[in-house]
Amino acid sequence: MTGEGSFKARATRRAAGGEPRIAALWLAALALAAVPGRPALAQETSDCLACHGQKDFTAERKGRTVSLYISEKAFAASVHGGLSCVHCHAELQGKELPHDAPLQKVDCGACHEAEAKQHAASLHGRALKRGDALAPTCSSCHGTHDIRKAKDPASPVSPLKVPFTCGKCHQEGTTVMRERTIHQDHILENYSESIHGEGLLKKGLVVAANCASCHTAHNILPHTDPASSIARGNIARTCTTCHARIEDVHRKIIKGELWEKEAHVLPACIDCHQPHKVRKVFYSQGMADADCLKCHGSGSLKAQDGRSMAVDARDLQHSRHAKVACSQCHSGVNVSHRRPCETIATKVDCGACHTEIAQQYARSQHGKLLLDGDPNAPSCKECHGTHGVEGRLQGSSPTFATNVPRLCARCHREGERAAVRYKGPEHGIIEAYTESIHGKGLLKSGLTVTATCTSCHTAHGVLPRTDPASSVNRANVPETCGRCHHGIQEEFETSVHHEMVGKTDKELPVCNDCHSAHTIRRADAEGFKLDIMQKCGRCHGEIAKTYFETYHGKVTQLGYTKTAKCYDCHGAHDIRKVTDPRSHLSRENVVATCQKCHPGATRRFAGYLSHATHHDPRKYPWLFWTFWGMTGLLVGTFVVGGAHTLLWLPRALQMRRELREAEEAEEREHAAGHTPEERG
Amino acid sequence: MEGGAQTKALQFQRFTRLNRTLHALMIVSFISLALTGMTLKFSYTGWAAFLSRRLGGFESAGFIHRAAATLMFSLFATHLWDVNRARKREYGGSFLRLILGPDSLLFARRDLLEFVASLQWFVGTGPRPRYGRWTYWEKFDYFAVFWGIFVIGSTGLMLWFPVFFTRLLPGWLINVATIIHSDEALLATGFIFTVHFFNTHLRPEKFPMDIVVFTGRMPVAELKRDKPAEYEALVAAGRLEENLVEPYQPVVVRTIRAFAWTALGIGTLMVLWIVYAMLFAYR
Repeated sequence: MTGEGSFKARATRRAAGGEPRIAALWLAALALAAVPGRPALAQETSDCLACHGQKDFTAERKGRTVSLYISEKAFAASVHGGLSCVHCHAELQGKELPHDAPLQKVDCGACHEAEAKQHAASLHGRALKRGDALAPTCSSCHGTHDIRKAKDPASPVSPLKVPFTCGKCHQEGTTVMRERTIHQDHILENYSESIHGEGLLKKGLVVAANCASCHTAHNILPHTDPASSIARGNIARTCTTCHARIEDVHRKIIKGELWEKEAHVLPACIDCHQPHKVRKVFYSQGMADADCLKCHGSGSLKAQDGRSMAVDARDLQHSRHAKVACSQCHSGVNVSHRRPCETIATKVDCGACHTEIAQQYARSQHGKLLLDGDPNAPSCKECHGTHGVEGRLQGSSPTFATNVPRLCARCHREGERAAVRYKGPEHGIIEAYTESIHGKGLLKSGLTVTATCTSCHTAHGVLPRTDPASSVNRANVPETCGRCHHGIQEEFETSVHHEMVGKTDKELPVCNDCHSAHTIRRADAEGFKLDIMQKCGRCHGEIAKTYFETYHGKVTQLGYTKTAKCYDCHGAHDIRKVTDPRSHLSRENVVATCQKCHPGATRRFAGYLSHATHHDPRKYPWLFWTFWGMTGLLVGTFVVGGAHTLLWLPRALQMRRELREAEEAEEREHAAGHTPEERG
Repeated sequence: MEGGAQTKALQFQRFTRLNRTLHALMIVSFISLALTGMTLKFSYTGWAAFLSRRLGGFESAGFIHRAAATLMFSLFATHLWDVNRARKREYGGSFLRLILGPDSLLFARRDLLEFVASLQWFVGTGPRPRYGRWTYWEKFDYFAVFWGIFVIGSTGLMLWFPVFFTRLLPGWLINVATIIHSDEALLATGFIFTVHFFNTHLRPEKFPMDIVVFTGRMPVAELKRDKPAEYEALVAAGRLEENLVEPYQPVVVRTIRAFAWTALGIGTLMVLWIVYAMLFAYR
């Protein structure tokens, strides 16, 4: 063992690697390996080609004449073109030429160690070891002297060629297919029609998956082997090497079930997408609408229970689904049946395409009721219609903004199906909404951006306000309103009424506590301005009461809006503690706040007590004592004056009697002096 | 008394034309002030809101209130001018004679005596006092107006011009002024519409109404009965004749009565409203 070459070094490494089988092979090879310094030995490629370069160079093998010709050109162009023959045909190292004996098979693994190892463990390698004559060796796929890089289009293992290379054995009629157990049939044909095959072979898309993409090149294993790239447990990983973000885009609900049984655990792709027939769609295509309309286009078609089964093709033409085939929604048709639709077992599942929405709907009150089998529960078609379904931006759609109140009113108007089961405090919802600022904006001004039912309640996630997930739940109301009134929401979030600022165990108000829900008015409307004190007063009872003792409050109470209301001084959505410098009533701002109405107001003026009460002697002693002083004066005066008058009354009545008597006496005297005629 | 031979009988002139005019205008301004002011004071009653609407809203009511206040200030000023003029003409320019003379409205010892005597008469332990030109309750009413104008007027001005007054005074004084203004007004209104009405106009022996303050005239017999001291003094001084005038035509008297009844009616309704607001609707 004198060899110093790289071969020896490799062999040593290999032996140390503990692979006895290959190591033994190599020891044999090394025995024949090059011994540097031996003279006159043919080692150059040209030496070999002296014989093998001749086209008629043949030999007898097992009674057959075989060509031993090697194309110099092809070899030079191959990846190994830079190597000499003995590099691979190592047994010739140092041997005299020409050699007699046929050479041993070249061991590619001498260099391509990882690939050789994989191959040896693979289905192909094991068959080879068994002595299976049909088992492919390296050269079966890669060739011999003309091996090219896989990227080279001329290579049999270049992407475009792989199906054909594999297909040499794995297509109908080959010995392998006939004599070996291969579980799939028509592999090559199916592949070429699959989306991968189509991409590769028809569109020339070299990144499209070929055989090796799924089966690997050298580590081909049966799908029953847990280590196989196509084992059930591994197939998702294999597919996601290309379909890396499939989770983001895959349809979430299939046939009414979540496609992932467990979050972020991909199911086995092949369950739906057959190997070698991989297609984007899982429903039957190939039914033309015209086929359906042959029967359903007739207006007289009736179901057994008498329902009309007629479909107006014009509805479809104008619908959002104009380009969707009947069978895409009415899934489950079987084209091989005379009536393809007789295999339809389920109702149309809109969620097959509108997955997110269907999920949301399933969680909504409407969806829950439907699940409970409530006959009044609205499904998709109750609002969207069926064949004529239109987008919500289409004016004629029932879900177009201005039509939404009417749509919801079908069940939610007083006395209708949904309204009768409602036990909450909101009544006359539709009428109230119509008169509200939103309703007027939408229905009278035709302002389609105005909030309609779905703007607050959502379209598909409608939930009662008691549900924490509801868009109209207390906790979510500011955000819901803020979707349009964003500036207000931002302001509100800095105010003392927002939970991030106001620290209290009492319930903090949200938008609808002051603005109401369905009867919402413009904030500059008379009614709203007069109501606001009651709204504030619901929590700030005492302070609201004292407000009504002042001029501002009294005028308000008379029904006028011109004097200061709560929000004129405190702000509306940006109410802050008066100790906060940003408050409208902070020391810095209070004079300016007064000046909004009283232009000449000074700091002293701002000392006016706008919530004064004369009932609190400790807080407002001046007012308290003034009030009681005045009350004392009043009571005193009235007691004295009243008593004086009452004491006088009997005497006054007495005087009146005496006067009357005197008068009557005078009259009688007068009358006595005249005749009755004169008195007339 | 307007019928028959009595018509021609001369009557004693108790009030000058100016006095009567001032009183009549005073009624107009007082009722205007009271009505408009009470809408605010009793703003929690439906009546107040109704009345405020009738008056054309709170701003219009406020305007009426201030206009009436201005009128009352003018009446007051005119009266002071009149008194001053009388001082020069009838009392030789002497304040002392004006305020200490027999016709003075200033309280005197005599009023105290008459008050005590009246109480005795009320309870039946003495005769009816022989009242003079001004009884003590008339003097009380007269000075109540002085007091009222001073108290209600000054606080009213503060409420009218809060920005001006708070240049000097603290802001909370506006609150104090509000209480004083409002309660003193309540006192004035209540007193005028009950005690004054009774004492002066609705007394049973004068029932249904004494209109001397509107006509300025009263029958001599009534003067003799009501104010014997004054009558006797006039007779003794021989000055009764010069104070006798012709009575008004019945149509004038009827007009005056209509006005007086209206004022009385409004006053009575306001008393009822106040009682309702204070006792039944107070909150």
